[in-house]
Amino acid sequence: MQIIKDKEIVEDNWLHLDDEAELAAGNITVSLARWQEQHETLANHESGLGLRLTGADPLEEVVPDLDSFSLIVLDFPAFTDGRCYSFARLLRDRFGYKGEIRAQGDILHDQLFYMTQCGINSFEMANPNRIESALAGFDDFTESYQTTVLKPAPLYRRNR
Amino acid sequence: MYQYDKYDQAMIDQRVAQYRDQTRRYLAGELNEEQFRPLRLQNGLYVQIHAPMLRMAVPYGLMSSTQIRKIADVSRKYDKGYVHFTTRQNFQLNWPALETVPDILAEFASVQMHAIQSSGNCIRNTTSDQLAGVCDGEVEDPRPYGEIIRQWSTFHPEFAYLPRKFKIAIVGNPDDRAATQVHDIGLHLVKNHEGEVGFEVLVGGGLGRTPILGKQIRPFLEKKDLLSYLEAILRVYNRLGRRDNKYKARIKITVREHGINHIRELVEAEWVEIRDQLELDQKEIDRVKGFFTEPEYEVTAAEDDSFAKMQVEDKNFARWVKQNVVAHKKPGYKVAYISLKAPKNPPGDVSAEQLDVIADLADEFNMGEVRSTHTQNLLFSDVKQGDLYALWLRLETEELATPNIDTLTDMICCPGLDFCGLANATSIPLAKEINERFDDLDYLYDLGDLKVKMSGCMNGCAHQSVGHIGILGVDKKGEEWYQFTLGGSSEADASLGQRLGRAIPKDDVVDTVSTLVDTYLELREQDEPFLNTVRRVGVDPFKERVYADN
Repeated sequence: MQIIKDKEIVEDNWLHLDDEAELAAGNITVSLARWQEQHETLANHESGLGLRLTGADPLEEVVPDLDSFSLIVLDFPAFTDGRCYSFARLLRDRFGYKGEIRAQGDILHDQLFYMTQCGINSFEMANPNRIESALAGFDDFTESYQTTVLKPAPLYRRNR
Repeated sequence: MYQYDKYDQAMIDQRVAQYRDQTRRYLAGELNEEQFRPLRLQNGLYVQIHAPMLRMAVPYGLMSSTQIRKIADVSRKYDKGYVHFTTRQNFQLNWPALETVPDILAEFASVQMHAIQSSGNCIRNTTSDQLAGVCDGEVEDPRPYGEIIRQWSTFHPEFAYLPRKFKIAIVGNPDDRAATQVHDIGLHLVKNHEGEVGFEVLVGGGLGRTPILGKQIRPFLEKKDLLSYLEAILRVYNRLGRRDNKYKARIKITVREHGINHIRELVEAEWVEIRDQLELDQKEIDRVKGFFTEPEYEVTAAEDDSFAKMQVEDKNFARWVKQNVVAHKKPGYKVAYISLKAPKNPPGDVSAEQLDVIADLADEFNMGEVRSTHTQNLLFSDVKQGDLYALWLRLETEELATPNIDTLTDMICCPGLDFCGLANATSIPLAKEINERFDDLDYLYDLGDLKVKMSGCMNGCAHQSVGHIGILGVDKKGEEWYQFTLGGSSEADASLGQRLGRAIPKDDVVDTVSTLVDTYLELREQDEPFLNTVRRVGVDPFKERVYADN
C-alpha cells in the first residue's frame, strides 16, 4: 500500500498486527493493550516496532516507553474526531518524540495541513486512489498565526 | 479598526482558494455529503430547508462602511437583496447558491471579511460589547484582545475538530453586554489589587437544551498568559469532552460532569507546561491596540445646542433619542442604535438599500464605522450630538429609526421554521403578530426594559433561556407549541429563566404575552422593571393567570 511520508508518496513497509495475530517478522505495529501485555517479548522484536494509539488511550502512561517505538500510529476513526491532534502535539512538544507519527483512519486531503502543523508526518489516506492529488493539501496555506510543532514561534514574533 | 497586513490577507485569500477546490471536488463527486459537511460548515455554509445559508463572521461586531457596501452588493448580486444579523454579531445570507459561495467569499475577502469558523465544531467568532471603547466605566477596551483571539483561533491546527462548537465572548465593562456568562469561555477585563489589568476567566456556560451559567475558573489572569490559558482550556476539552453524544459534547457538560474544581486542576496543570512557550508579547498587544486608538474627538462637540433644541421642537426625535440613543464617554458625543426591529421587519433583517444608506451615514456621521449588537441591531458609536437630528431624519426615512431598543418589540428571534433546517416551530411570523399587538409606543415605554427572546427549537439561537420572557418552539405530534420561561437575563446579573408551565399552542402565544404583561403591570411596585418583579414574586402569580382559563 502507498502512503504519504514526509510529503512524498512511498510504499508502506509496516504491518499492523491484530491483537490475536501471531508475531511476524519485519516492521510491526501493535495496540496499546498488546504492548502492555507482551512488552517483554515485543521489546526484543528484531525489526521496527510501532505503537497504535486511539484518542481514548491514556497517552501519559506510554511516555516512559516511547524509546521502544520508531513509529506511533494515531487513530482517526472519523475525521471529525480531533483528539489525536492534541496527542501529536504532546508527543512532539512535551514528550520529545522524534520518530514517525502516522495518521490512520478517515484521513482526507483537507486535514493534511493541520495534521502536519501538529507534528504528524505520515498518512494512510482513506482514499488511496487520490493520494497524488492529496499532496496539494500540504500547501493550502503558506502561513499560520499560531505556535505549532513546525513553527515554534507565533507569526507576530517571526514576521511582524 | 484592525487592518489586515499581507499575512492576514494571504490567509483569507488562500482560504477562498481552498474552499473553491473543496466545492469543486464535492460537485465532481470526489467528496461525499458527509465529508463535505464539516468543510463547508467551517466556512459558514449550512444547508437549510429552501437553500444554503452562509454565515459571515463579524469579529467583535465591528465593520467599516466599505464592508457594509460590500455586504449590500453581494446580497443583491448573489442573494435576494437582504441579510440577517445574528445574536453573535455575525450576519447571514439566506439564499446563496452553493456553487457561487466561493465567489461570494472572494468578494468578501477583498474587503477583509471571511466566514472562517463561523460554524462547525471549532472555535467560533469571538464576540464583544457593542459599546467597547466608548462607554463609561470600562476597565479597558476589549477589542484588541478580541482581535488577538481571532488570530490565535483562526485555523488553529489542533482545535479544528472539537467535540462541539466553542464560543468565546470578551467584555471590558462590568455591565455585561455580550452574554459572557452563557459562553463556553467568558473573559472579563478586570483590575487586581495591585491595579494591574488582566482577565477573569469563566468556563462552561452555554444555552441550547441544557442552559448553564459559566463558572469562574480563574479570578485573575495576566495579559501575557491569555493565549496559553485559552490553549490549555481547549486542549483539556479536546481530549476530555464527550464525543459519544452531541447533546453532551459542549464544555458546559464536561464541566458539569467532572466538576469545576477538577477541570481547573487539569487546566492549570496543562497551563504550567505551556505558559512560557506561548507567552503573549506586550509588543504584540501594543501593535494590535494601535488599531483601536481613540479617534480625534472634537472638543467643541458639546457646545452644540441644536440637540437640546430639536428634542423640544420634535417630539418624535425626542422619543427616538430617549429610547435609541445612549451616553458616550466623551462630552458632546452619543451612541445611536439603528433598530432592525421595525414592526413589519423580521428581527435582524436589513435590506441592501438600507445597508447602502447606513454606509453613507456612517461615512458622514460616524467616522466610517458600523457595529452589530448581539440583540440583532446595528449602532453608530461616535456621533456628535449636533449631528443626531440629521442622522435621525435619514434613518426615519429608511424605517431604521423605530424607537424600540430594549422594549418588548426589540425581540431577539431566530430564523425559525421558515428558514432553518433544525427548527421545530416558526418564530418570525409570531414576532410579527406580537409587534402588531404591541404597536402603541407609549404602552411599550410604560412596560420599560423587557427582553423577549424567541427560538424555534431547543438549540436556542435566540437565547430564550436568558430572556426576561423566553419563548421556545417545540414540536408536539407535528404541531407547533411554545414553552415559556420567565426571569432570565444574560447581563451581569445573569440567570436562567424558569418554566412557566406546560407548552402553549401557537394560536395562544400572543395572548399569553399579553397576559404576562398585564400581570406584571398589576404586580409591579412603582417603576420596578419586569425582571425585578418576576424575581420578587416568582413565576407562580404569572402561571396562575396564564393557565386560569383552561
